[in-house]
Amino acid sequence: MTRLRVRPHGRLIAAVALSTAALTALTACGAKSDTADATTAGGVKAGAATSVADFGSMDDLVAAAEKEGTLNTIALPPDWANYGEIIKAFEAKYKIKIKNETPDAASADEINAVKSRKGQDRAPDVVDLGVPFNQSGAAEGLFAPYKVASYDKIPAEQKDAQARWYNDYGGYISIGCDASRIKVCPTTFADLLKPEYKGKVALNGNPNKSGSAFGGVYAAALANGGSFTDIQPGIDFFGKLKKNGNFIPVESTPATVEKGETPISIDWDYLNASYAGEFKSKGLDWKVSVPTDGVYAQYYSQAINKDAPHPAAARLWMEYLYSAEGQNLWLKGFARPVLLPSMTADGTVDKTLVANLPQVAGTPTFPKSADLDAVKAVLAKNWDKAVS
Amino acid sequence: MPTQTLPAPGAADGTRRRRRAPRAWLGTLPLLVFAGLCFGLPVGALLYGAVTHKEPGRATSLTGENITTTLQGPYLNSLAGSVELSALTALVGTVLGMLIAQAVVTSRGGALRESVLTASGVLANFGGIPLAFAFVATLGISGVVTQLVHLDSLGWNLYSFTGLSVIYLYFLVPLMVLISVPALDGLRPQWREAAQNAGATDGQFWRHVGLPVLAPTLLGGFVLLFGSAFAAYATAAALVGGSVPLVTLKIADALSGNVQVGQENVALALSLDMIVIAGLVMAVYLPLQRRSTRWLH
Repeated sequence: MTRLRVRPHGRLIAAVALSTAALTALTACGAKSDTADATTAGGVKAGAATSVADFGSMDDLVAAAEKEGTLNTIALPPDWANYGEIIKAFEAKYKIKIKNETPDAASADEINAVKSRKGQDRAPDVVDLGVPFNQSGAAEGLFAPYKVASYDKIPAEQKDAQARWYNDYGGYISIGCDASRIKVCPTTFADLLKPEYKGKVALNGNPNKSGSAFGGVYAAALANGGSFTDIQPGIDFFGKLKKNGNFIPVESTPATVEKGETPISIDWDYLNASYAGEFKSKGLDWKVSVPTDGVYAQYYSQAINKDAPHPAAARLWMEYLYSAEGQNLWLKGFARPVLLPSMTADGTVDKTLVANLPQVAGTPTFPKSADLDAVKAVLAKNWDKAVS
Repeated sequence: MPTQTLPAPGAADGTRRRRRAPRAWLGTLPLLVFAGLCFGLPVGALLYGAVTHKEPGRATSLTGENITTTLQGPYLNSLAGSVELSALTALVGTVLGMLIAQAVVTSRGGALRESVLTASGVLANFGGIPLAFAFVATLGISGVVTQLVHLDSLGWNLYSFTGLSVIYLYFLVPLMVLISVPALDGLRPQWREAAQNAGATDGQFWRHVGLPVLAPTLLGGFVLLFGSAFAAYATAAALVGGSVPLVTLKIADALSGNVQVGQENVALALSLDMIVIAGLVMAVYLPLQRRSTRWLH
């Protein structure tokens, strides 16, 4: 009898011990390594450096970054703005391995990763964010201020005065069209309403979620008498498109285009333009035009995680992206790098790449942060009603 | 715990029972801890997030704002849309699944039964993005069947409420078949013979014997189907984007996107609404089920 009575207790203790051990193991993993707090040749901690001068020289920065040996990036799709080649070129130039996590993640996921992995080795070092997220992230104190060598050349309205974020590349809302399926490709938003495009017009996602789809609605608003503070005409425009059967809610991707499911796709010009090359080999004639009646440009921005586990590598990555080499690589992916105007002026830009860009007249203007907040609230409220 | 240490139901030995009860309870402790951690913590975090509000640089404050937001405008529409779609597809799925299962059970050929059951097992787990693309390829705008039969001229549109219902039924009906076959097998032929001997018609047999016996299965199946449809996300996300208002899509918009900022707590409040709705469905189902199973034992 005694044995019988002892056994359940033993089992209980074992079970409790086992779960405790599992819990300890869970919480103990992923602590930040010590190298992150190393002091640079310039006498400043890498995580507190605000420019190359804090490291001493560019060579010192390279040495410090290569000593860390790794760079954690997140949400950089290889087929988006030529990021695949940029990553390869950076790895080839420096002895640093890039760990690119979830290439298809959204800006909100990036911010979540920065917050939830604070102090861990696998937190993202740098982030590439959609416009509203750089401002909210900076307000929450998530980013480290750092001025790349070419910081002063970035136009004032495209950077944070405290250098916590600055725009990296962007483009215009464009209309991509499969000329082998569509007789006459639309070149304006007004064209899209024509009955011949029935069941053919798509956005790259839901504008409440996807930045490019949001840009599409904004551009449609500008084309239909709206403004940066008034997106309703754009929502109404898509409501009209839905009503006459032209708009299809399919999220356009290269796959849906290839299948002929979304023969007309409203998307960033750099994505549409890069699809053109990809499709040519598959016998698809993909035409890209920036609609003349609704010109809307938007840039993404780059920022360094304040608690980056590889602070020197993060800063080297920034220097690389904002060097002529990095900016030209974005250009090669049909994205317009933020330094394009200054590089055109000083002749460091690759002119053949500029010639490949879809043609746009005039210089882009950008909505203010408060405008964006207001129109997003309107969009969240009225979009479903317009298209369902 | 070994079963022999548990007292038999209605055991007369009161003292032994009292002595052993605390130990038996202790034995479930790891399970309770596990359940508390894996179910309690997320629900707690969800509840906390749903009723709090945090702005950068300020302390977290208690608020009912998130929940109020989810009960208005497009969020309320998405909740209603989800309930409508789930209830409709679950109802149709329950009826169709039961009819197919009955056909399979009464068929003489073993091959039919085996093939239908195997196919159901596979199809009930066919969901998400692969399912969406299978439908796009067959019934989408440039889909094979759409082009062949000119479905578009008949007004067919895959990217709509109807289209989504058809896709949901594609995995809900097989699921219902899997649930109902064992129950229908349990419907003994002797009962039917007895009813016939007593002069009952087919209709009377089903009304007074068949359906009451099957009621718990039917109800349980409906609830399971409702839950499956209610929580489905990937298929709808790949297919209809924002054009059919669904609560799971709204949660995704608020939680992970490139456009809306600081909506995480609204997403949590929406999840809380989903839990409440699932709870309400269970609250209707449980007493009904208890009532219909009572006389079976």
